[in-house]
Amino acid sequence: MKKFERLLSAIVPLNIENIDTDQIIPARFLKATTREGFGENLFRDWRYNGDNTPKPDFVLNDPTYNGRVLVAGKNFGCGSSREHAAWAIQDAGFDVVISSFFADIFKGNALNNGLLPIQVSDEFLAEIFTAVSKDHNTQLDVDLESQTVTIQATGEEADFEINAYKKSCLINGYDDIDFILAQKDLIEEFEQTR
Amino acid sequence: MSKTLVEKIWDAHVVKSEAGFPDILYIDTHLIHEVTSPQAFDGLRKRGLPVLRPKQTVATADHNVPTINQLQPIKEELSRYQVDMLTKNCAEFGIELYGLGHPFQGIVHVIGPELGITLPGKTMVCGDSHTSTHGAFGAIAFGIGTSQVEQVFATQCLLQQKPKTMKIEVNGTLGKGVTAKDIILYILSKISAAGGTGYFIEYAGSAIEALSMEARMTICNMSIEMGARGGLIAPDQTTFDYIKGREFAPAGAEWDKALAYWKTLYSDADAKFDSVLSFDAEDIGPMITYGTNPGMGMGIKENIPSTSSQPDKEQLSYQKALNYMGFDDDSSLIGKPVDYVFIGSCTNSRIEDLREVAEFVKHKQKAPSVTVWIVPGSKQVEQQAINEGLDKIFEEAGFQLREPGCSACLGMNEDKIPAGKYCVSTSNRNFEGRQGPDARTLLVSPLTAAAAAITGKITDVREMLAEA
Repeated sequence: MKKFERLLSAIVPLNIENIDTDQIIPARFLKATTREGFGENLFRDWRYNGDNTPKPDFVLNDPTYNGRVLVAGKNFGCGSSREHAAWAIQDAGFDVVISSFFADIFKGNALNNGLLPIQVSDEFLAEIFTAVSKDHNTQLDVDLESQTVTIQATGEEADFEINAYKKSCLINGYDDIDFILAQKDLIEEFEQTR
Repeated sequence: MSKTLVEKIWDAHVVKSEAGFPDILYIDTHLIHEVTSPQAFDGLRKRGLPVLRPKQTVATADHNVPTINQLQPIKEELSRYQVDMLTKNCAEFGIELYGLGHPFQGIVHVIGPELGITLPGKTMVCGDSHTSTHGAFGAIAFGIGTSQVEQVFATQCLLQQKPKTMKIEVNGTLGKGVTAKDIILYILSKISAAGGTGYFIEYAGSAIEALSMEARMTICNMSIEMGARGGLIAPDQTTFDYIKGREFAPAGAEWDKALAYWKTLYSDADAKFDSVLSFDAEDIGPMITYGTNPGMGMGIKENIPSTSSQPDKEQLSYQKALNYMGFDDDSSLIGKPVDYVFIGSCTNSRIEDLREVAEFVKHKQKAPSVTVWIVPGSKQVEQQAINEGLDKIFEEAGFQLREPGCSACLGMNEDKIPAGKYCVSTSNRNFEGRQGPDARTLLVSPLTAAAAAITGKITDVREMLAEA
């Protein structure tokens, strides 16, 4: 897993609630057996028509929006447990997803891949959407170390929560398997008691 | 100290609990399938690790398999490759595989219970969100991502925060034509598609206790649609009777020992839940969804709630959903023509579901305009249906009885609903494009689906039952 570093980036806004993982990456694109390449089908059916021509209204097809931060409405990532959703978002060039609420499994999957899910208040989320609607190049400063996200133009800042263990994994690029394997003796001891 | 059922099972599986870290939770049984496992096997190879406990791991092919001519090579190249990879990976890492052609093959959440692999008090995981199904037996069962599949392969453990607990009570008696699916769609309509996030839900109350095991599985299955990590029901005599004698269930002295333990698995009378909700079974009628998340449901005779009745911030998303479905504010769905009826999925593809549908459609014919697919949950369910002559009833009704798999629930194989068409479905998700690009899904119970198949339109099944 790569280390997560402080980031100053423009935003891609997706002001829709309850975005499920079938929208993020439809099931028919889950046939690959590697982790790479899912980005081209990110939000496939919102992004392309049936004949594969881009839908010009969709935000990922609007060249005035770009950046490594995806900002979406509440309950992002609900539905299927497919980790392919996190892979697709990352593969498409995002390092951060911001919402006012995340579904559990998506959040875990994102963290396990070094994609940072940031939960902010409904009010702060609305401020980001307002700022980016005025200026498509609005920059966000995401600082994991201090657990803050700042709208650069207005100076509005929000704190965010993250489990201390997960934070250290992201900052150091560690994953859970290294952590658990270091305690293999305990696992075997536990098995003996059953 | 008094404990909830979730706490009892959780605490019995904690290998290590340390302040500031998630618990290391021991996993008894790991179920895998072809779609969410290949990258995890690759991860093991890169790390040079074996599967730590292959005997506690069970595999089947379900998500991506055809439901006709299953014994012929899979036509679609990527699907075939993915299923072949599962076979190869299971052989390499020493995992039992119930693949295509095996008499135990089927949807992973159907075969676990029917083989006696799913047992009270276990911790169970699978790279599939509907793993919550197994909670019906009083197990902690939940869906995980592929990185976690790799974790369980490598360590037979998961790093997990202990979840919050919620109790949902449903008391009273269900009316005629009202089923477990209606209970869970009703709860979803009340607490929304995010209402259970962060919780493990225990279902209780007289209406839940009265349900069969298969009906309980339908309830627990859709816990994830509320955002919950899982759902479970305390095991009782119904549970024990279901398990006894199954292929891998404990037997003899092992059975007695297991049973004694299972009987301790309930929430203590004074156990504290983080949240408690209560519903009355008499308030629940046949349900149907009208939108693009499973929380957008209503009683079948009700009108679609108006956009203006939604919170301001949610109106845009709400209108987007109704536009996708081609429905209007305040309109009724009764009499609305349907194109497809899908009876299947890990929610409703068990033998009781098929029996219920068969009994209802016996000597009836489907409407000519409707295509009806019945996809059994497993080879065993399929065989049982044939043994009981249900296949003949379906044939006479004009329904196609296909072979087991996830099928049109997620449209990963060839079983897709065409763009713009309406599918009345016993599955669990009505997301945009879930059953195929631009397909429109209405979630219902098997009985309501059967009624729509016969009339060709959305129908209140209670009226047909009253006529009979």
